[in-house]
Amino acid sequence: MSKTSTKGIWKVISASSMGTMIEWYDFYIFGSLAVVISTKFFPGDNPTAAFLSTLATFAAGFVVRPFGALFFGRLGDIIGRKYTFMATLLLMGGSTFLIGCIPSYETIGFFAPLLVLILRLLQGLALGGEYGGAATYVAEHAPKGQRGYWTSWIQTTATVGLFISLMVILATKTVLSAEDFDIWGWRVPFWVSIVMVGVSYLIRKNMDESPEFAKAKKEGTTSASPLKESFGNRYNLKFVLLALFGATMGQGVVWYTGQFYAMSFMKTVMNIDSSQVDTLLGIALLLGTPFFIVFGWLSDKVGRKYIMMGGMLLAILFYRPIYKAMYTTTDTTLKTEIAEKTNTTVELTVAKDSVYTTHKEFTDGTVSIEKKTHFATKKDDQVTTSVTINSSDEWSLIFLVFIQVLFVTMVYGPIAAFLVEMFPVKIRYTSMSLPYHVGNGIFGGLLPAISTYFVTHSKAAGKQDFYLDGLWYPIVIASVCFVIGMIYIDNKNKNAHL
Amino acid sequence: MNFIKKALGILWIVLAIAAAYFCIFAFGLPKFLSNQQEDLVFGIIILFILTPLIVLGLGTFGYFSLIGEYDKEE
Repeated sequence: MSKTSTKGIWKVISASSMGTMIEWYDFYIFGSLAVVISTKFFPGDNPTAAFLSTLATFAAGFVVRPFGALFFGRLGDIIGRKYTFMATLLLMGGSTFLIGCIPSYETIGFFAPLLVLILRLLQGLALGGEYGGAATYVAEHAPKGQRGYWTSWIQTTATVGLFISLMVILATKTVLSAEDFDIWGWRVPFWVSIVMVGVSYLIRKNMDESPEFAKAKKEGTTSASPLKESFGNRYNLKFVLLALFGATMGQGVVWYTGQFYAMSFMKTVMNIDSSQVDTLLGIALLLGTPFFIVFGWLSDKVGRKYIMMGGMLLAILFYRPIYKAMYTTTDTTLKTEIAEKTNTTVELTVAKDSVYTTHKEFTDGTVSIEKKTHFATKKDDQVTTSVTINSSDEWSLIFLVFIQVLFVTMVYGPIAAFLVEMFPVKIRYTSMSLPYHVGNGIFGGLLPAISTYFVTHSKAAGKQDFYLDGLWYPIVIASVCFVIGMIYIDNKNKNAHL
Repeated sequence: MNFIKKALGILWIVLAIAAAYFCIFAFGLPKFLSNQQEDLVFGIIILFILTPLIVLGLGTFGYFSLIGEYDKEE
């Protein structure tokens, strides 16, 4: 079978990676702008809107992705990879652009959150279909023995998409005043998407169908009902289950811990200033991203299994020490306060609430601002703390997050090639997309909520190391996955030659 | 190795049952019945998405292991 030349494959990689990166960008800006979106579309005093808000976050963001994998996977195995992942790109880009155009709740009332929810559902569906298409398309173009290396470029897109979304939001906030950003500037990152999608569409439009799928189509060996063949056939179903429980389930939780739980842990448990967290996370991601390629390349030499399982094992062993070290960095009870610089001011709001702001400085340069609101109408006080850390601590945290990103690159770098090689051409798109999105969307996507639940529960129970208890979820899931992967998965995949 | 794979099949089935108990009684139902909107959605996802997925998926995986579907031909 003729494979694509090195020059040609770079074209394939650019077209596939750019589109997938845009889809991740689109997906992340919603999450990154969640606070401003909730004030525009989901007013907290309206219970129905608040309900829709939660649905938009959980259901559309994560749960709907496997359905997109089934829908678009089936299409991709019937009509082809190229047209299917062009459809997902347009669906994602169009939905993102339209979210940026919806009038606020104040203007059109209940329709605003409803429209956002519908568009967010379409985003989730599109994302569910995109990844499998891009990974399959690249893998089927890749020269023999180099699938790990070439598909690892696709693996970088999720991280690059997150990085670019943070940068675009940061740039928009820098250019505009805080007031302008709040009124209309938050829409800009959504509008930017349509330009990127337009460019990506034009590039993808001129690409050829994957050689392996084109050959199968020509020979009439494509599947008429990929869903039935993938999940109704015991022989294929057992590999779908093995891919899920022996690889993607663990990969999903390691990925979400390294990128998203680390971010939420620094913001909500360590109380570090939000923009400082975004910056240090951005640096760690930038430093870690090339390792997707390194481990993808290495998996072509030594096999996929041991690299992925190695990443999972390291995560299982080191998550608790890493998070303990992270927490200690900003634990102000361990720092020396400069007493003469501590001051407290009191403000009375229009609603007659009293806000006590306490400013503290520490000898190592750490600054903490604690706001305690005593409500006129409520019994319980509300306390929020924001800590700004010094440069040395910032680099310590960058290092600790970077290590976690390294674990991510080990489990995630080779996974596309691993999944592609697990299934035959005729049902590949469908069969690989479902375990990937169940592992990442469900097991990974629910991680922040489940881990936060554990932390809150332990804190309420008065446990001293309460902040580490959120890690039990990824540790247990990754451990089960590690055992299954080590025992049941072969280092050499049966379809590696196809 | 084939014997270990088969024996572990029992463990995966037991784990699926234990996960079902934990997901339903420790996690899903308390959230589902908490009368808070956010917890309600979370409870629905745990009860109707995560629990069936783990129970059916891991249970079937365990069954396949037990009957030797993953055995390597020697």
